[in-house]
Amino acid sequence: MGDVTMRIWRGDQNGGQFVDYTVPEVEGEVVLDVVHRIQAGPAPDLACRWNCKAGKCGSCSAEINGKPRLMCMTRMDQLPTEEPIVLAPMRTFPIIRDLVTDVSFNYVMARQLPPLKPRDPEPDGTYRMQQVDVERGQEFRKCIECFLCQDVCHVIRDHEENKPHYAGPRFFIRYMELESHPLDTNDRRELLRQRMGIGLCNITKCCTEVCPEGIKITDNAIIPLKERVVDGAYDPIAWLGRKILRRTKRSAREVAADAPAAYAPTSEDLGERRAVPETAGRA
Amino acid sequence: MSTTIDLAGGETLELHDFDVVVIGAGGAGLRAAVEAKQRGLRTALVCKSLLGKAHTVMAEGGAAAAMGNVWPEDNWQVHFRDTMRGGKMLNNWRMAQLHAQESPDRIYELERWGALFDRTKDGRILQRDFGGHRYARLAHVGDRTGLELIRTLQQRAVALGLEVFMECKVLRLLKDSTGQVSAAVGYWRPTGGFVAFTAKAFVLATGGVGKAWKYTSNSWESTGDGHAMALWAGADMIDMECVQFHPTGMVWPLSVRGILVTEGVRGDGGVLRNSEGRRFMFDYIPAMFAAETADTEAEADRWYDDHINNRRPPELLPRDEVARSINAEVKAGRGSPHGGVFLDIASRRSADYIRRRLPSMYHQFKELAGVDITQEPMEVGPTCHYIMGGVRVDADTAATTVPGLFAAGEVAGGMHGSNRLGGNSLSDLLVFGRRAGMAAADFAEGRVGQPGFDEAEARQVVADALAPFSREDGENPYEVHHALQETMQSLVGIIRTESELRQALDELATLEERASHVAVRGGRAYNPGWNLATDLPSMLAVSQLVTRGAIERRESRGGHTRDDYPKADPELGKVNMVQRLDERGQWVLTPEPLPQMPPELAALFDEGASTSANGAATDGKAGAATAGDGRDGQPREGQQSTQTTEEGR
Repeated sequence: MGDVTMRIWRGDQNGGQFVDYTVPEVEGEVVLDVVHRIQAGPAPDLACRWNCKAGKCGSCSAEINGKPRLMCMTRMDQLPTEEPIVLAPMRTFPIIRDLVTDVSFNYVMARQLPPLKPRDPEPDGTYRMQQVDVERGQEFRKCIECFLCQDVCHVIRDHEENKPHYAGPRFFIRYMELESHPLDTNDRRELLRQRMGIGLCNITKCCTEVCPEGIKITDNAIIPLKERVVDGAYDPIAWLGRKILRRTKRSAREVAADAPAAYAPTSEDLGERRAVPETAGRA
Repeated sequence: MSTTIDLAGGETLELHDFDVVVIGAGGAGLRAAVEAKQRGLRTALVCKSLLGKAHTVMAEGGAAAAMGNVWPEDNWQVHFRDTMRGGKMLNNWRMAQLHAQESPDRIYELERWGALFDRTKDGRILQRDFGGHRYARLAHVGDRTGLELIRTLQQRAVALGLEVFMECKVLRLLKDSTGQVSAAVGYWRPTGGFVAFTAKAFVLATGGVGKAWKYTSNSWESTGDGHAMALWAGADMIDMECVQFHPTGMVWPLSVRGILVTEGVRGDGGVLRNSEGRRFMFDYIPAMFAAETADTEAEADRWYDDHINNRRPPELLPRDEVARSINAEVKAGRGSPHGGVFLDIASRRSADYIRRRLPSMYHQFKELAGVDITQEPMEVGPTCHYIMGGVRVDADTAATTVPGLFAAGEVAGGMHGSNRLGGNSLSDLLVFGRRAGMAAADFAEGRVGQPGFDEAEARQVVADALAPFSREDGENPYEVHHALQETMQSLVGIIRTESELRQALDELATLEERASHVAVRGGRAYNPGWNLATDLPSMLAVSQLVTRGAIERRESRGGHTRDDYPKADPELGKVNMVQRLDERGQWVLTPEPLPQMPPELAALFDEGASTSANGAATDGKAGAATAGDGRDGQPREGQQSTQTTEEGR
């Protein structure tokens, strides 16, 4: 086997450039292995996140030859090696260093979500749910939070100004998971419409394409959510009903009361990294 | 709100103060922090990676809890007995008892917090079979149970508004003048700035130590930080020699060597073969398991459909037995091309069945090895998986021997004895994570005065951590790490012998010297070379503990196998190997008697004792049991389930 050249972005918030590293090719490696060999040799300070190295933790997200992927699940023998392999950090998030980005946007968004509010259990204190009913939510709970869907979503990839009011695909599936949770009693539709920007998604399915877990984000979460939101907000008969009849569903305000912290992210939350509230971590 | 203090040389130390600080955000740490937070205490969770990435996500099979949803005969006594026998009776009986009694509540609690477990037909939580558990007992979500557990706890923590400090490496624990742990000093990985957390109580939940070995299923975080910090703080450590090598890790390609191949492959019909195509496990059936293990392929193959009239396949012997056998085959020159053996399910089950039962294994081999496990055999070999030994804790409170310090999960010792059963880890971290959180909260509430620390000590920690930057031409930390992994792999691996262990001690001394001279370059911000340099002291300390314990335990028991002492020694089975550093920093090792089990529990182990109203004794051939994962969710009524404990001795 010959040599392989990795063209890796090196730098921080103040800028940087691509640097070429040429290392011998080794059979059976994934991109992350080559990065590790570069760290152990020519560039011990090359920054990248990783944990499980088996596609289960979602830490090593990057853009490989322009495509958002997990470095641990991208085999070298599936990439063309005549040209340098280009390795860049996720573009949607601020750079910390090299391949490491500040993904605290996602942890801020997670805090805006009113949690599960379960119905009362059976008399024996436990719950009964059917397999078919839990499977719907299980699809979304496969999510490993690699944030590749957030990275590829052009609503925030190309429009920084949308970040404060757009949850993004990762959290749309979380909303859908809770909406379809057999035990949940919250109604989050108004919240989704007014604050989480479900309407901004125009269903290009980029998120579904990059999901390493194969979650059908658009078809099984975003589109049904849009339908639910529209049903609730714009159906004239439902509107009339709301006017005439007493509301039985919990209002957005009531639901929001379940949210643990500041209800809506402020632009400050989402701007300067060090300004992120402590709950969002120090990343 | 944080403040800072100035250290020498323009260095500052950011300060945060809490009631309870939990270090480590895997299952145990999250559960502990949730508990303390629910109690209304000012609680912080500090972790080395991003939240939700801890090694717990790698757990596949499930969480063992005697809920009795599939087998009503199951109860905590049976689970307790299985756990103790699996641990070769070296377990802390009280921990095993609490674990067995409280696991079901911890699982139901997760459900209230949003976990979606697989269901039985009548809508309860489904339970699956696993090695060593008499009844189908593992609550699970397909083969990604660890992810479900960590995500549920993470979402609970978010709902409670828990303060989480991510990507922070804690270096040392500092005590105040009364000897109580009062501060944890570390640095932010993204910036390299230093930070100290003061608190009235600390919980260590830092997981395992696998990164000291070359082939491991563990992630980069498993560097034994908590073990080492406890040791340095003066805590007792027990049975550190007890390390579990899982028999089936991937061996090829090299880059994935060590990644776990679930026990479920063998449970679902997979068999082990050598290069001659022989099912070699038939050649390694130890006398003590002969009565309950099939001695012909025909009988072993019938077992999957008829547990009553056939004995178990030898592939389902305890993990330590299988790992040793694979090792012996490879040494005898009958290994696979890349130094493992073959695990074959392709020739034994249909492609559909394999993809349905083992989706993540199918995906893992397809993506990483280019192997279609429905068409060809896998290459597998032993991989360093779990440490049973750890910080000595009080069973009820998870308190270590140092005031103000608690420990839960893999970092704590005692629960699993000398060998852990699959599925008991996830339930362990829920049960003892909660108990550690409660006890830490109690301790914090009762502690008088504001915890303080000696700034000079903090300055020393910072200076030590920064030293590699000032060395002009020291060694690359990666080289020292690789050398450590070679040493531990070849000399303190799955089969041990006194001469090699002594050689390992010599090499560790050399490595310690080398580690004190490593140099790193670049800045402090997110510098993996530097991060590794600060992980080396923990890994070296843990390696010492394991090696010293392994020398003194002159017997073979569970995860600890001595070539020169191949049998279990009943006398050594009554003691913990307790290690600590004395005031002068000298290693001290003393065998101390295990806590004594009360008679009513001891009676569960009497010859022929029935461990539940309906459970029967474990006499080999009558063993009925539980091969399937009970996907149909129906209690198998009319079947006496008397599966012998797979890991039992």
